[in-house]
Amino acid sequence: MKVAVCVKQIPDPADPGAINPETRTLNRDVKLILDESDSYGVEMALQLVGEDGEVVLISMVPNNERNGLNNALAMGADSAILVSDDALSGSDALSTAKVLAAAIQRTEPDLVLAATESSDGYTGTVPEQVAELLGLPSVTFAKEVTVDSGNVAVKRQTEDGYDEVDCPLPALVSVTAGVVEPRYPSFKGIMAAKSKPVEELSLSDLGIETSTVGWAGGRQEIVSIEPAPEREAGEIIEDEGDGYERIVTFLQEMKVI
Amino acid sequence: MGNIWVHAETSDGIVSSITLELLAKARELGEVTVFHAGADAEQAAGELGGHGATRILTTGDLDNGLPGPALAAAVAAKATEESPSAILFGTTYGGRDVAGRLSVKMDAPVITNIVDLLDDDGLTGVEPVFGGATNVKTRFTGETPGIFLIRPKSFNAESAGGGAAAVETLTIPDLGATGSAKVTNRFVEESDGPKLDEAGIVVSGGRGLGEADNFQMIEDLAGKLGGAAGASRAIVDAGWVPYSYQVGQTGKVVKPDVYIAAGISGATQHMVGMKGSKTIIAINKDPEAPIFSIADLGIVGDVHKVLPALLEAIGE
Repeated sequence: MKVAVCVKQIPDPADPGAINPETRTLNRDVKLILDESDSYGVEMALQLVGEDGEVVLISMVPNNERNGLNNALAMGADSAILVSDDALSGSDALSTAKVLAAAIQRTEPDLVLAATESSDGYTGTVPEQVAELLGLPSVTFAKEVTVDSGNVAVKRQTEDGYDEVDCPLPALVSVTAGVVEPRYPSFKGIMAAKSKPVEELSLSDLGIETSTVGWAGGRQEIVSIEPAPEREAGEIIEDEGDGYERIVTFLQEMKVI
Repeated sequence: MGNIWVHAETSDGIVSSITLELLAKARELGEVTVFHAGADAEQAAGELGGHGATRILTTGDLDNGLPGPALAAAVAAKATEESPSAILFGTTYGGRDVAGRLSVKMDAPVITNIVDLLDDDGLTGVEPVFGGATNVKTRFTGETPGIFLIRPKSFNAESAGGGAAAVETLTIPDLGATGSAKVTNRFVEESDGPKLDEAGIVVSGGRGLGEADNFQMIEDLAGKLGGAAGASRAIVDAGWVPYSYQVGQTGKVVKPDVYIAAGISGATQHMVGMKGSKTIIAINKDPEAPIFSIADLGIVGDVHKVLPALLEAIGE
């Protein structure tokens, strides 16, 4: 079985940087790391394919950054396709999905995995857009995934609990965080990653017009970026064994107890 | 503003709270049509009409198919005929599925994570970034109707007192392989207390709890206060509690009267999901934790000491 996993390289969420006032987009000229959300998809893929299958990573960046991709290869993925093109800068979810779908199509996978949403943009629409572009059925927000004889069975998170969903392959599944426990790359894995094939493609390699992605493809304008009204801090006290009493008093004043 | 279309989510004829929230805003902006998947449109017509919808476009029963592909294909065909000026969705599991598919069908971009809509030289969405510290306003410049995904609790649901909405059945185009996923079983996870996103009191735990077993203190406190238990992403990722507990950017948005954050430092990811709470109590051992910057009452201390003492003081 061949599984394609969409992975995103993002600025470290602990230090996300700032919005560039000229382009009005997040400054991505910093070291990028593998989005933690995507480590679940990579782990899930590795577990599903077992010994004989193949895991292909699919990623896009405006600046041929590979740091995060190398991390996923070190976890055990077999190869990667990296779409790298200056024109991708400012791409919205739909443009991103068009690029990822075109790259995925080249690999003809049995299953496409993605996180439910990225940690930096968190639109949560890309997986479903990719599925529609590829003409695939999809099951989003998976909390458990099993594959058996050309079929994928998913426990899908719902507002009230979960649904069990059956879907024939090929299909796309988006996985929630915590669905599996991502492995840490071993030293051997890190060394092996260096020699794994990474196919780097431009938009023209994929036959995509630059005007349909990036800023132009978004067909939207950012009108303003303003600080939100701030919430003021209240009383901060050091607990000296009586902290709980302050909470009790607060809850009594709120008439909660 | 013209015609505003709203995704209506229902369960056994009951309209979800986020749909009612969207209707409150939509009817200020123009004439409201809702679109819907399922067999319960007639049952929901009264409530949807009462909140401002004049028409329900429905797929009818989908025979256990997921709503995304069918509803998106049917709505795309109808929207091409009628050209609504905007299409609104709630940020829910189902809403995002339909919105994603629809955006491809119509080749229309989606503006996501919206907390307010302004009619300002074209419909403009307001999106909080960096944990709510900054607001970004965005509007569409293209020819297609704007698709907006709106976060829960952005507007107050309120009845407008209208009559029942008229029900019209949509034609579903051939879906090919996209329609082949089927729901085989549905499970409702019963909980004793209120739902996380509807509770008046929310008690959330984070990594500061130290280990999974200590989450029981969070459940106990939520139970005693008649509230719901929530969690930071860190401990959901660690597998201590299911994703359904997650409060934050990638989880539920909550706006309770009292939010208690125990052992949560206040990453931007978390803050964006709870900073709209009426009051916030934070317990954390790090005096520099960002959560204290938005807390009405902050206790710098060890959750392993404060929580047991609090539980005992509250009693039954």
